[in-house]
Amino acid sequence: MEKTINNIHTEELKPPVTSVGVIGWIKGNLFNGWLNSVITIVTLYFLWKIVPPFIRWAFIDSLWVSTGAQCHEAGGACWSIIPANIRFILFGFFPYESQWRPLVAMILLVGLLFYSQNRNHWKKPLAYAWIIGLFIMGLLMKGGLFGLAPVESSQWGGLPLTLLLSVFGLTAAYPLGVVLALGRQSRLPAIKTVCIVYIELIRGVPLITLLFMSSVVFPLFLPEGVTINVILRAQVAIIMFTAAYIAEVVRGGLQGMNKGQYEAAESIGLNYYQTMRLIILPQALKIVIPPTVSILISAFKDTSLVVIIALYDLLKTTQSVLSNPEWMGFSIEAYIFIAILYFLGCFSMSNYSRKLERELAT
Amino acid sequence: MQEISTGTTADNLPEKVPFFHDPAKRSILFQLCVMLILVLLGYYLIANTIANLEKQAIATGLGFLEKESSFEIGESLISYSAADTYARALIVGVLNTLIVSFIGIVLTIILGTFIGVARLSSNWLLSRLAAIYIEVFQNIPVLLQLFFWYAFFYELLPSPRQAMSPVTGIFLSNRGMVFAVPQSHPAYKYMAVAFLSGCVLAYLLRRWARKRHEATGKPFPVFRVCLGILIGLPVITWYLTGAPTAMDVPVLVGFNFKGGVNISPEFTALLLGLVFYTAAFVAEVVRAGIQSVSHGQTEAAMSMGLKSGQILNLVILPQALRVIVPPLTSQMLNLTKNSSLAVAIGYPDFVSVAGTAINQTGQAIEGIAMMMVVYLFFSLSTSAFMNWYNKKVALVER
Repeated sequence: MEKTINNIHTEELKPPVTSVGVIGWIKGNLFNGWLNSVITIVTLYFLWKIVPPFIRWAFIDSLWVSTGAQCHEAGGACWSIIPANIRFILFGFFPYESQWRPLVAMILLVGLLFYSQNRNHWKKPLAYAWIIGLFIMGLLMKGGLFGLAPVESSQWGGLPLTLLLSVFGLTAAYPLGVVLALGRQSRLPAIKTVCIVYIELIRGVPLITLLFMSSVVFPLFLPEGVTINVILRAQVAIIMFTAAYIAEVVRGGLQGMNKGQYEAAESIGLNYYQTMRLIILPQALKIVIPPTVSILISAFKDTSLVVIIALYDLLKTTQSVLSNPEWMGFSIEAYIFIAILYFLGCFSMSNYSRKLERELAT
Repeated sequence: MQEISTGTTADNLPEKVPFFHDPAKRSILFQLCVMLILVLLGYYLIANTIANLEKQAIATGLGFLEKESSFEIGESLISYSAADTYARALIVGVLNTLIVSFIGIVLTIILGTFIGVARLSSNWLLSRLAAIYIEVFQNIPVLLQLFFWYAFFYELLPSPRQAMSPVTGIFLSNRGMVFAVPQSHPAYKYMAVAFLSGCVLAYLLRRWARKRHEATGKPFPVFRVCLGILIGLPVITWYLTGAPTAMDVPVLVGFNFKGGVNISPEFTALLLGLVFYTAAFVAEVVRAGIQSVSHGQTEAAMSMGLKSGQILNLVILPQALRVIVPPLTSQMLNLTKNSSLAVAIGYPDFVSVAGTAINQTGQAIEGIAMMMVVYLFFSLSTSAFMNWYNKKVALVER
């Protein structure tokens, strides 16, 4: 008897309309308590002040395909600067009729990167694919074989240069950083000192001083008549800089290892090289994936600093478009476009690291 | 018996171990090789450099510091003209780096803490916005952000004649930001003195209150009294010295403003770029620090009957700060190092001044060495401070 009464009551009592559905969500997440209500209202007010004018500027009053003169008359954003100059922004001074070559090289690179994302593909054929891919990319950029017109590396620019500096910078800096970290943990005092001095010295100075050094001082170090390409010098500076930061991150991982792991490895008779390769590094490198990726992301962003030593990377080509009188005054639009490109690169890297972390979790 | 004897004979056997199988000797040999390679490399580079410098007739040494610099610097904290020495020009550069870093650090900590707390807010809208801010500003190169703000100042803001004035006394134009300041008056000096003595007084009071609290258990409203002292003393001094209210308001004369304080667009762009970029990282640091203190701590403190202010002060902050401060310092150091990007937008920081000096004298090695030494000094002194702090707040484990 009692049971039925209870049942009837529970059926009749529906949750109040203010605590479920859209209204309930709004109440629970935006207006719980007077402080949150005030915050929500103030935030909404600011959004109302900022977002509609921005949308008006960026989408309604904007021009997408026009000449610079038409843009100067219109009031809104001038996105036309991008399509009108896209080939120069992306490829710099690469000979106009051969610009399909860096395009193909970039597609190849992105394709390889995309294919390598999946850990099931991490096998020997992938390594061969990378070697062949890099060779083809180099050939496409440099030319000189198979009827491709040779292109001096001083004409390389734009997005290919940015990608070149970052991809090679990151792949070369990583092993160097691991070696430096091992050196810093070494029992040999001379090796340890050299590594500590190197790491602390590099980490203590801004990248820009290293880039200056590579562009101004380094030529003085070489014997007369020997010159090294300016792109390669900047590349070396980026590698040296990033390696020091990776070394510190990896050192964190090495220090986080349990001492028992070393002892166990020693007790089954592994030597130093085997201990590191088979026992310590696989575990240590795994626990430092998140900080390593944030180092790699900042290295990718830092390649933009080569602007200062006048290499025509993505940012510099954009700036030279902006110094053209026809397109002068539309910096904001152009910089937003470049920012989106960088954002996509960094954001996909950090997403991938999260995914990798989940997959490798033990 | 037999086993023991064979053991001893094996040990006594004068079997020669080749030196490359003896770890001790091998390590010495290995280190010697590395050192030898480094020394040879260094010798080779130095010999080349000396030969090159002689051939190009570039002077060496720091003698150029005494010479007349003969270039102007846009803004400087100390008096400087083209007739001054290179040494003074470089000091101007260091001071410019320091001032932009200092103001940047203060603003970054405020903005970063705010966004970090907002990220954890129970308000969905605010926490989403904070998340978007963090993702966007972290993932765009700081140099691009500097260019963006610089372009913003030059292209979107009107000329001084049509300057925007969001608040009375502040004018925004493509010549920078101009704002009104109180006209100089001796009262302000006395107020500064009063404020400093207030700081000392507050410090002593806090020490006394803590001692008394430990000895007798009687609490003392330190915070409120200190706040009263810090604000009250200068205000009383201001009143006693005649309560000056005259303001130095900027006035448009010809094509630019006169009077007030003018902050150049270069400085503002650099400051905005550095602050917005670094604040995104600081926000993540603050968020991680707050999240590192488990909720149980708050509940335990509540169950002991602490008030919410006390919980924050005595339980949460001491634990969160231990997590926050080390990465925070490294972000501050990053901001200082990133301020060297000023050279790209024409703010005369140390790197930019030293770069000009290199161009004029050709003494690149000395110039870049000086840049490195200055930044190394910043980072080494910061890490010395960090080590001291870490020791101070380290958990005392039994």
